[in-house]
Amino acid sequence: MEEFTQQHISQQFNAELNELRNQVLTMGGLVEEQLEGALQSMANRDRALAEKIYANDYRINTLEVSIDDTAVRILARRQPAASDLRFVMAVIKTITDLERIADQSKRIARMAMHKSLEDANLKHHSTIAHLSAHVQTIVHQTLDAFARMDIKVALEIIHGDSKVDNEYENISRQLITYMMEDPRVIPIALSLLWSARSLERIADHSRNVCEYVIYFVKGKDIRHTSLEHIDKEAGE
Amino acid sequence: MTQETPPLTHINMSSLGREENGLNLDKEDICLEVKNLDLYYGNAKHALQKINMRIPRKRVTAYIGPSGCGKSTLLRCFNRMNELVDGVRIEGEILLDGNNIYHPSVNVADLRQRVGMVFQKPNPFPKSIYENVAYGLRLQGINNRRVLDEIVEKSLRGAALWEEVNDRLHDNALGLSGGQQQRLVIARAIAIEPEVLLLDEPASALDPISTLKIEELITQLKNDYTIVIVTHNMQQAARVSDYTAFMYLGELIEFDDTSTIFTNPVKKQTEDYITGRYG
Repeated sequence: MEEFTQQHISQQFNAELNELRNQVLTMGGLVEEQLEGALQSMANRDRALAEKIYANDYRINTLEVSIDDTAVRILARRQPAASDLRFVMAVIKTITDLERIADQSKRIARMAMHKSLEDANLKHHSTIAHLSAHVQTIVHQTLDAFARMDIKVALEIIHGDSKVDNEYENISRQLITYMMEDPRVIPIALSLLWSARSLERIADHSRNVCEYVIYFVKGKDIRHTSLEHIDKEAGE
Repeated sequence: MTQETPPLTHINMSSLGREENGLNLDKEDICLEVKNLDLYYGNAKHALQKINMRIPRKRVTAYIGPSGCGKSTLLRCFNRMNELVDGVRIEGEILLDGNNIYHPSVNVADLRQRVGMVFQKPNPFPKSIYENVAYGLRLQGINNRRVLDEIVEKSLRGAALWEEVNDRLHDNALGLSGGQQQRLVIARAIAIEPEVLLLDEPASALDPISTLKIEELITQLKNDYTIVIVTHNMQQAARVSDYTAFMYLGELIEFDDTSTIFTNPVKKQTEDYITGRYG
């Protein structure tokens, strides 16, 4: 990946692409922090942390606007082609999904601020503990895959997406059971259900980013296709 | 009620773009075919090496590549202009509509009537605008005023110049601007109704607006002619052509539809060239 931004005859163009890449990596780091903080505030019922996460979302929005601006400038001034063009396209699309991951993290933080959580018992909380850890790993690996343009990791994440979907299904069934057993837990169960829903969406956005990684490396648009097709197009 | 939509998983989405732009060389009507073409300047320089390619009819085919890669040399092979250079040796065949243009029975003047050419620098004759366009027709023995008037107007309209010059057809052509002169030369080339138009850097000496006019003209002309263009301006190739060939050191490296070449070329050399990397 380093080579990619260092081989142009125009040093200025190298610098611009590098800047674009670094901005995305910075944004990725912030998004990861936001997600981690949101989940932590949820697990520890840490209202102060939740408020901080909620308030920090603007930083990611600002970065999104700034990266778009850099990308537009490159398109206008350099008219990139082939892999350069695919890189800029992948960046533009990736940051949209990163921004949405941050939005979902913000939602989780808002759930964590909810009063109902204060009197929740541990049993309820543990329902989303595993999914939380799982989705955090996915986001981390996705950002890694983007940073190194690693098609192998990207494919693994795309393949693993159905596991998250299944887990989400199980959680919602479990929470419905709790709600039927004791209607007093409905508020907290709903908060948890919405958080689980957010986590499931975050995994989907990560999968999208992995699709852009494959688009950049292979030049193949594999969105909305079957897994067999993706393997065929993206296989080494 | 919303209608039920079929699942997307059964559609091969990645092939959709290609199907839509409808470009597939195997489905094209082939106008020119180059077969095992080698060209040597003297004994030392092997300027074109085993070129094989098919150029589709009524499409714009662009050649790109660094200086000295042989793209202009190849272009000049299509109407046998290279024979005017001393010490050139050509092996292999070029078929125009299936007939080898290097066959001894071919009359070069007839060939050049079918394969017209426009050069980098506009080269109008020091005559009136009208006579420039009528020149080729007069050579063919057409002198009837009414016929000439009609063809001159049609050609000038075809070259998108009529509106600008119809009130001064008998002024000297050298008084036109560079962009107008280039369109006049194109009008002169299409007056004799060639099948193929070869354009060697047709816009490189022109300002951006004149360049856009020439490019617009090229997209109109492809309705009637097969167009082969050599250009140093890659964005120009990307804008006007349907197919793009990348040449390097006398070899044809890659030839594909233009959107593939500019978004996802197969060969690394092509990629390095169009993205401006060290080759």
